[in-house]
Amino acid sequence: MSALGNIIKKEMKELLTPATILPIVFVAIIFGSMGNAIGGLEEESQETPVIGFIDVDNSNLSAIVTSILNNYSDVVFNSSNIDDKQEGLETIKQEDGVALFIIPQNFTVNIRNETPGEIEIYWIMKGAGITDAISSGAVEQLIYTINTNISRELIQENATVNATLALNPTVRDETTYFKEKEMPGLSPSAIVGMLSSQSMLIPIVMMMIIIMAGNMVISSMALEKENKTLETLLTLPVKRTSIVTGKIVASAIIGLLLSIIYMIGMSYYFQGFGMSGEANLADYDLVLTSQDLVLIGISLFIALIAALSLCMLLGTFAKNYKSAQTLTVPISMLAMIPMFITMFVDFDTLPLALKTLLFAIPFSHPMMAPRALLFNDYLLVIGGIVYVAIFAIVTISIVVWVFKTDRLLTGSTKKKRLTNFKEKSFLKKRFR
Amino acid sequence: MVAVEVKNLAKHFGSTKAVNGISFTVDTGEIFGLIGPNGAGKTTALRVVSTLLQINSGSVNILGFDVKKKPDEIRKLISYLPEDAGAYKNLTGRAYLRFIANFFDKKQAQEIVSLGIEIADLGERIDDKVDTYSKGMKRRLLVGRALMTNPKLAILDEPTSGLDVVNAQEIRKIIKNTAKEGTAVFLSSHNMLEVEYLCDRIALIAEGKIVEEGTPKALLDKYNANNIEEVFTKVVQ
Repeated sequence: MSALGNIIKKEMKELLTPATILPIVFVAIIFGSMGNAIGGLEEESQETPVIGFIDVDNSNLSAIVTSILNNYSDVVFNSSNIDDKQEGLETIKQEDGVALFIIPQNFTVNIRNETPGEIEIYWIMKGAGITDAISSGAVEQLIYTINTNISRELIQENATVNATLALNPTVRDETTYFKEKEMPGLSPSAIVGMLSSQSMLIPIVMMMIIIMAGNMVISSMALEKENKTLETLLTLPVKRTSIVTGKIVASAIIGLLLSIIYMIGMSYYFQGFGMSGEANLADYDLVLTSQDLVLIGISLFIALIAALSLCMLLGTFAKNYKSAQTLTVPISMLAMIPMFITMFVDFDTLPLALKTLLFAIPFSHPMMAPRALLFNDYLLVIGGIVYVAIFAIVTISIVVWVFKTDRLLTGSTKKKRLTNFKEKSFLKKRFR
Repeated sequence: MVAVEVKNLAKHFGSTKAVNGISFTVDTGEIFGLIGPNGAGKTTALRVVSTLLQINSGSVNILGFDVKKKPDEIRKLISYLPEDAGAYKNLTGRAYLRFIANFFDKKQAQEIVSLGIEIADLGERIDDKVDTYSKGMKRRLLVGRALMTNPKLAILDEPTSGLDVVNAQEIRKIIKNTAKEGTAVFLSSHNMLEVEYLCDRIALIAEGKIVEEGTPKALLDKYNANNIEEVFTKVVQ
């Protein structure tokens, strides 16, 4: 082999390690999954929306509305009596529908009198994730079609019709029902927009902190081994619990400091896009109280401790700084999965298997906490805190147990055994 | 008084018997050396006595405490210097010694640090970061760290490893003085000439078993050898 070939071969062996390959494979998997998810969303957006309507007006223009609704959606409730509104809403909920349309009396008369006709829309919103607003998007398309058809009818009847009316022949009076709350004047997409800062800010910050602080703990363990300081530390009069707790708490404090810096930066970033919408949330009594903020803080801190104890456990496997980089991959994955899920989908609208997975990942809980608290879902948040605390205690206990065993110093014995065997065989020959 | 009492100690890694039924004692004020080639089981034996490794069978009693039952008590009385030990690179030599001293008697921490600085003898460089030290300076700092607490038992794995002749002699003198003050010293070395000079008693270890034990002089006489290296070769043959 030529000298150049020899160097290329050696360099490739050095560079082509799990530490370099796994993160790339992981990122590829994430992008692949995102592509599939987006494909799924497109399919969902093309599905016929499930709706109901009450046509109180029962006139020629309201007939255009009902005919479009009948043709382009799956109508599960149909009435002409306003007293059936409650029954209609119940039916829509049962049938997993999106909205109930009510065409009030004088709909046609008003339009003929050059006043836009009012359509009452009662939205049934299931989740506040970005994808949860997709089904309402299909209904928005229906409303657009209704407006176009009424405009066409008005222009056909009278070519000199008021242009403003022809362009906007209807107005909407919307009310959204979401998590036992009635929110008049809001559509699901508006609510999703308002909640988007909570949907995106905390998960992103949480993920960043877990990856950064986790990396610190794993690297700290790896450096103790690489710099050969661990053996000395373990023979000093200090309890194993203190060593483990000291490392975790120090990283947690740095992690929290980092999270504060990130949160400040990210909140400005989101404000720049006009996504915060806190004032609007307050109008609908959707504000986080000081008690809620304390719960979010506790959830964040406990999750960070759990994350770091898990990292510490992984760190005991690290042989050196380089191998520590590979060990951060599973932690990054565990942080990214709940981040993507909570950003796009609401916990309540997830299938049971995904709900279980999300609940089981300790990092999910602070990501879900703000939205859950806005809608007074204290059970999910407090239950999450208790679960994550138990998770952290169990993990720390395992780490302390590992610290008390030989594993920390001897690592995998398989290779060592082989090396010892070779050494001994060599020594036997040498001294014979 | 017996500081270390090891009886039929066995330590296995999987099917490999790193240490296979060794017994020995180390008295207070005595320097006891474990000698053998690489992979003979020296470091494993030292790590067991230092409470770092759990034992498979046998018993190890350090200063009246069982290593299995009372490792926390033993750690208050011993000091261990691993062969290739390091120090925290971002700390200065002084800060490193202070960090270690804080685990011991808080009231005497300053005195402990002063003794460590004296033993390390690094001059003004004690206030430089460990990262900037040469291998020899680092070793001196670590020897200072190991002996500054006046341990009842000092466990030293290849104490002069990486040191030049002058520095090695200095360290040997320090170890001898430490033993004179009542500290039991349990050390390992594959430098058999060093051990001959330093140790009151030695044990030769090969393939996890102690193959010979006694004072250097007694062993030289028994095997009619000029030095311990010759003794070792004759024993393993």
